[in-house]
Amino acid sequence: MAEIKDTIARLFPEATFEDGDTLLVNIPDKRWHDLASTLRDNSELKFDFLVTIVGMDWADKLGCYYYLTSTEYNTHISVKVTTEDKEHPMLHSVHDLWQIAGIFEREVYDFFGIVFIGNPDMRRLFLDIDWKGFPLRKDFDESEENNPVSVESERQSDFTDTWVELPDGEVEKRQVRVFQPEDFVVNIGPQHPATHGVLRFRTAIDGETIKKIDVYMGYIHRGIEKICEKLTYPQTLHFMDRMDYFSGHPYHHCLCMTIEEAAGIEISRRAQVIRVIMDELSRIASHCLFIGTFCMDLGATTMLFYTLRVREQILDIMEKTCGARMTFNYGAIGGVMQDLAPDFVQDVKALLEVLPRNIKEYNKLFTGNVITKNRMEGVGVLSKEDAISWSVTGPSGRASGWACDVRKTDPYSIYGELDFEQVVKTEGDSMARFKVRMEEMEQSARIISQLIDNIPDGEYCVKVPKVLKLPAGHWFRTVEGCRGTFGVFLESDGTTSPYRLKLVPPSLTAAAVVDHITRGNKIADLITIGGSLDYIVPDMDR
Amino acid sequence: MPYDAWKDNEYIEKLVKELQANGTNVVVGSLDKLINWGRSNSIWPLTFATSCCGIEFVSLGAARYDMARFGWEVARSSPRQADFMMVAGTIVKRMAPVMRRLYDQLAEPKYVIACGACAVSGGPFKKSYHVVMGIDQIVPVDVFLPGCPPRPEAMIYAIMQLSRKMKVEKFFGGVNRKENQKEFLKAHPIQDVEN
Amino acid sequence: MFDFSLLTDWIDNLLENTLGMPEWLATTVECVLVGLLLLTVYAVLALFYIWYERKLCAAFQCRLGPDRVGRWGLLQSFADMFKMLIKELISLNHVDKFLFALAPYLVILASMIAFAVLPWGNGLQIINFNIGIFFLIAVSSIGVLGILLAGWSSNNKFTLIGAMRSGAQMVSYELSIGLSVLTMVAFAGTMNVVEIVEAQNNLWFIFSGHIPAIIAFIIYMIAGTAETNRGPFDLPEAESELTAGYHTEYSGMHFGFFYLAEYLNLFIVSGVATLLFLGGWMPLHIPGWEGFNDIMNYIPSVVWFIGKAILLSFVIIWFKWTFPRLRIDQMLSLEWKYLLPINLFNLVLMVLIIVYNFHF
Repeated sequence: MAEIKDTIARLFPEATFEDGDTLLVNIPDKRWHDLASTLRDNSELKFDFLVTIVGMDWADKLGCYYYLTSTEYNTHISVKVTTEDKEHPMLHSVHDLWQIAGIFEREVYDFFGIVFIGNPDMRRLFLDIDWKGFPLRKDFDESEENNPVSVESERQSDFTDTWVELPDGEVEKRQVRVFQPEDFVVNIGPQHPATHGVLRFRTAIDGETIKKIDVYMGYIHRGIEKICEKLTYPQTLHFMDRMDYFSGHPYHHCLCMTIEEAAGIEISRRAQVIRVIMDELSRIASHCLFIGTFCMDLGATTMLFYTLRVREQILDIMEKTCGARMTFNYGAIGGVMQDLAPDFVQDVKALLEVLPRNIKEYNKLFTGNVITKNRMEGVGVLSKEDAISWSVTGPSGRASGWACDVRKTDPYSIYGELDFEQVVKTEGDSMARFKVRMEEMEQSARIISQLIDNIPDGEYCVKVPKVLKLPAGHWFRTVEGCRGTFGVFLESDGTTSPYRLKLVPPSLTAAAVVDHITRGNKIADLITIGGSLDYIVPDMDR
Repeated sequence: MPYDAWKDNEYIEKLVKELQANGTNVVVGSLDKLINWGRSNSIWPLTFATSCCGIEFVSLGAARYDMARFGWEVARSSPRQADFMMVAGTIVKRMAPVMRRLYDQLAEPKYVIACGACAVSGGPFKKSYHVVMGIDQIVPVDVFLPGCPPRPEAMIYAIMQLSRKMKVEKFFGGVNRKENQKEFLKAHPIQDVEN
Repeated sequence: MFDFSLLTDWIDNLLENTLGMPEWLATTVECVLVGLLLLTVYAVLALFYIWYERKLCAAFQCRLGPDRVGRWGLLQSFADMFKMLIKELISLNHVDKFLFALAPYLVILASMIAFAVLPWGNGLQIINFNIGIFFLIAVSSIGVLGILLAGWSSNNKFTLIGAMRSGAQMVSYELSIGLSVLTMVAFAGTMNVVEIVEAQNNLWFIFSGHIPAIIAFIIYMIAGTAETNRGPFDLPEAESELTAGYHTEYSGMHFGFFYLAEYLNLFIVSGVATLLFLGGWMPLHIPGWEGFNDIMNYIPSVVWFIGKAILLSFVIIWFKWTFPRLRIDQMLSLEWKYLLPINLFNLVLMVLIIVYNFHF
């Protein structure tokens, strides 16, 4: 970390540093773009993976944290850029360095009103174009009168704004067309069977070939980040189940870990083991449902019913211990909510026994099918460079040859002691994404079988003060959710509720990359590609 | 299924009494019975899900709960061909116009089930700036189904209640929920659309 | 084997001689009778097929399927029918109203006319004329017109894409159907439906025509599945891509017509396959096994025909619930690059076999 600091200090004397869980670099906005390109291109730094951009409102100023990771050296860094101007806040865009930055900056613009100079597409991402105010600013007027419920059709513009910096330093606002007047635009979604929820694609097609896709999100934007600012820390936990409802456990795990780290709480080994087992069980259940719905999208409906059989079995296990089928709210600060059910071990062993047989059956019925191969092989190829540039993590990233499993790169909890393999494929097509998930189920089963026989005794939840106050500061943690890297950014001002809680969902990047990899493919491929990226819409919209 | 098997909903019993207060013509009455038998036994859902509840709706179709037993498995993707809309999941302000349009696109007779805490009242997102606090602000709701998400058994119960509601309605004249719907649409007009 | 022509002759006799009707009146009455009978059979078969597919699909998916409405859910499709009849027919503002209303009738008409030439039983056939099978192929093509109209007149992009896919698909696969039928017509030496069935008295064509007949049968089944727009060729109404495809905008009974026609077409395709390859209403006869053949003759011919057709439909339904959907370009390349050349080669093979008398 010291070397990185030296390199940056040498090149950018105006940068200041703060040490924390990751190194924080303060840089004035003027020099930010230069620093960004150095960070990405300098052979000693190589921060090629933009994890997230966290917009912030510190009452007196607005700004962003940029979290960066080097996939080569496995190092992390964060950069803080601020602006004092609250009327017309502007920062410089880095969309030309990391492709995903375009979407992340739109998100920050949507929530904080910070305009990014140079970003070609500065529209709102989640909210209507008629929406008044920027919801995550501290002075946002939340009253119903400000933004009433409307049943009139959403207003839509074929233009997008962009702010361009002229050579003399002036910033000019320009309008750009999204679709050309002669484009044949088909609206897919938000109510469409294949978008896995309420996502909307405006698709320009030429015959059956896709020319361009414009992704519209926010049809299930529930404002979780803002609600969390009004709740105490334990109360924020249950939203994790309602984002990516298939990987509630890993998400809980992440938020709990962040809060525990901030509060300095050590949890028992028993709780660690239970959390890991639950994570892996939900990973199996999630991938099962992925396979089912993906096959259904391709037209093989029967597979859904076969995979749901295994999922039901896992839900039974969960239900006995957690008391719910989907929204478990099982992780708690300091451990888990309650102890394991008496026949948990026995049930899990029964599951581990049937799982290999089922996977074999799926392969027989679906994977080997000639139509399946034709539909999936070579469709929607995402190269490794693009996967990193678009921050497509999780199984989809690993299918492109990017070893991005947080359980291996930054082992958290007890993953460091476990013996399992990171499934990586190099093809990068839909088939690879499908197969990675198939094989990950086996790896998850392997992890569970290592742990199930020796769950240590001890308390399942350590004593935590009734009123939990975190010290002032900020923390960022990531875990491997079922769909990719899930991160939690937490900034505390020393009170009982978070000052800012930013959730970094893997689905957002997966949906953002759709346009890039579907161009030139057929409409039917859009369904294949969308299915294989496996995004969950409430997860990306939050 | 026989009507008496589920005689535990006071609201519907009250509705039955109101409807039957004036008596009915024999011919019309038996025709009504036949049609209502058909309608109440063939309830096709619209594939409409926004979040977690939608996944439980998938489970409802799967082998363990198997809604096909009741003839509900013909989920239509086109609202024109569906009979009811199970609003499974949170409805946010941006989605509200879309949902209202879907409702308007459903062919009569149409029904709505508000499935899950979010659709009923906003649920865990009560403090949110972007969630619609209960879909009854947008469309008339026939059955409210609480739960977060409701278990598939609860969903079966809800659709059965809907089916009972259909059974006591009168297709030919008489008091009908259609009137309520018209009033509702009058109170919540849409531009350029005549009710 | 009971010959149904006895019955029809008797009715004809009754009308003309006993009741003393003039010939034109008798013919009219007969036409009405046949029409009514056809409609009934049509409706009952469609309802049966809907139930049958739902039950089968449930069985493939480890479920029970409809079982609450009537015994084994047998009344389920009747309930659906009553519901469908009273559903609102939504009239849309920006559609071509005449074509929009015409389309479902064209689709249903195509399948209904095709019923006329199917060999229902021994002597039980509505029209018997020398180009029966040609007529059948001709009228079944009217259906695609209805689908194209439906897609175009709805003024909706999804329906338009669905209709275009359907047009491309039907036109391509019509070739395969035509060629495999031609193969069998060459083998039978006639296009008359009754004669084709009679020719299979000793042995069904699929056995007597051996290799080319089997190839033609397989191709016919694939192309037939495509003709009926069923999975894996259900692109025109691909649920996950185009919501409901060409009939997205149809509601109530108009949608019901499309829905019924789909199942009826399934029956027609299976029926024609039965006629060409499995002997039509002809019972299973094995040369030399006289006792066996006599027993087989006791089963009524109508049962043979419908039974065989339902069995073949089972296979087509099985396809649908097993395979994923093809993509449009793959579907077309399957037809033009594989099925068509194989089919042409097969036709030549069949002709050679006929010329050199290699068949049984």
